[in-house]
Amino acid sequence: MSTIYILWLRQIKRYLRSKSRLVGSLAQPLLFLVALGFGFGPVYQQAGEGSYVQFLVPGIISMTILFTAMFSGIEIIWDRQFGFLKETMVAPVSRLNIMIGRTLGGATVAIMQGLIVLILASLFGFHPVSWSMLPLAILAMLLIALFFTGLGTAIASLLQDMQGFQLIMNFLIMPIFFLSGALFPLKSLPLVLNTIIKFNPLAYGVDALRDSLINQSYFGLSLDFTVMAISAMIILGIGTYLFNKIQI
Amino acid sequence: MANIIEVKNLTKKFKHFTAVDDITFEVAKGEIFAFLGPNGAGKTTTIKMLTTLLNPSSGDLKIDGHSSINDQDGARHSFGIVFQDPSLDDELTAYENMYFHSVLYKIPKSERKSRIEHMLKFVELWDRKKELVKRFSGGMKRRLEIARGLLHHPKVMFLDEPTLGLDPQTTNHIWTYIKDLNKKEGITVFFTTHYMAEAEKVADKIAIIDHGKIVIIGTVEELKTKTKTNSLEEAFLALTGKKLRDEEVSSEQIMRQRRGVWHR
Ligand SMILES: Nc1ncnc2c1ncn2[C@@H]1O[C@H](COP(=O)(O)OP(=O)(O)O)[C@@H](O)[C@H]1O
Ligand SMILES: [Mg+2]
Repeated sequence: MSTIYILWLRQIKRYLRSKSRLVGSLAQPLLFLVALGFGFGPVYQQAGEGSYVQFLVPGIISMTILFTAMFSGIEIIWDRQFGFLKETMVAPVSRLNIMIGRTLGGATVAIMQGLIVLILASLFGFHPVSWSMLPLAILAMLLIALFFTGLGTAIASLLQDMQGFQLIMNFLIMPIFFLSGALFPLKSLPLVLNTIIKFNPLAYGVDALRDSLINQSYFGLSLDFTVMAISAMIILGIGTYLFNKIQI
Repeated sequence: MANIIEVKNLTKKFKHFTAVDDITFEVAKGEIFAFLGPNGAGKTTTIKMLTTLLNPSSGDLKIDGHSSINDQDGARHSFGIVFQDPSLDDELTAYENMYFHSVLYKIPKSERKSRIEHMLKFVELWDRKKELVKRFSGGMKRRLEIARGLLHHPKVMFLDEPTLGLDPQTTNHIWTYIKDLNKKEGITVFFTTHYMAEAEKVADKIAIIDHGKIVIIGTVEELKTKTKTNSLEEAFLALTGKKLRDEEVSSEQIMRQRRGVWHR
């Protein structure tokens, strides 16, 4: 337990100390929110779909969590390069506990970022259907965060340095984000696109968040949570396995 | 006396390059064992395999009876290590780095604070305990790593070039402490160094490795007798030749060079 706690605490401390990361990772979602939210708002309204800002905010929160969580996982590469990874890898503690501590730390940071975006968005006029659904929204955030911290860890365990990172951003993370329904409704999409999106775990996370915040759902909440929970478990298993195999 | 480290036919190949080539040796319990060799001889690679960071290509190795391959957890419970390359978290303070270590190594809560204070005072960093490590000089970081390595008292202590870059006073201070630990608690010490005088002074036994192969093992006296020389330094040169070795650029060194470029 204490191992998990100290690894969790380390992630939190690093996050709170790195002001540039904090500000930097909030600037992008805010830009998306303002530019897209107010830019596409009128068109969306004319199409009879209601408020685009309302629709968009759960997507933007998901985006924030996606990037923050991925980054937390990928941080292992930094730990490797700065040498600190050795310190944890030789310690007489189970790798599973190291993995759990790191993942929970990364997930906590991601949820905090997600909540900050939610609060900022409500300053821009976003209002959830009912704040009483907030715990459910946080659970959705947690599952998204766990999945992508696990994915980041799995990928980072295979990389020696940051060189492959750009590739992963462009060919994995960006498609996952843009093809998740974070920015547009899933109903009446072309069949191909719709099929692709059904294989994207983030789509279910976005949907769960949208359901709990603005009561709009495409897949239904129970399917959302089931898919998210199972995929998070699978990816965390893979992540732990690969993390175990790291050679320094 | 029982052997606490047993290495049999240990080999490590990186692609086609053999860094450690079929070495076999033992270290007796309670011994201070110096592992010497020119740059790139394979010392760090051997230590990495012993400490479960790297899987060997072939061979067998045991620490306190635990295989570093099949019983990594058992092996990890038996040793402590000061790495050659940096291993601190720059974004944490000196105290936090120590505290993190004390939790990972399960030092009882009641003892954590006093032990950390004792070790930080020992390396004269107690006044700077609240500073982020990234503001420390190279020598201060080194002292902190040694203090951290000595925070818990394992059965075997690995020290990979522990005193590199430290002034003679600090080096002396640290070795006095380590020798005392060795005597009082029977901790086995396995260390590498480039300073022959240091090895000559503290080591009970010496192994010299060159090009991944062990050239000789014995006490300082035995090495001098066999090579018909008067000091360990002469014996070392007689055994490994006077040819200069290029400092080979390891992947970690490349990383360290990049560190400077990176600002986060
Ligand atoms: N990860 C690696 N990949 C390829 N070669 C390596 C790696 N690590 C070490 N080497 C090489 O193995 C040799 C032994 O290195 P090392 O054990 O660090 O030497 P020493 O510690 O004795 O100076 C060197 O030639 C080094 O370049
Ligand atoms: Mg070395």
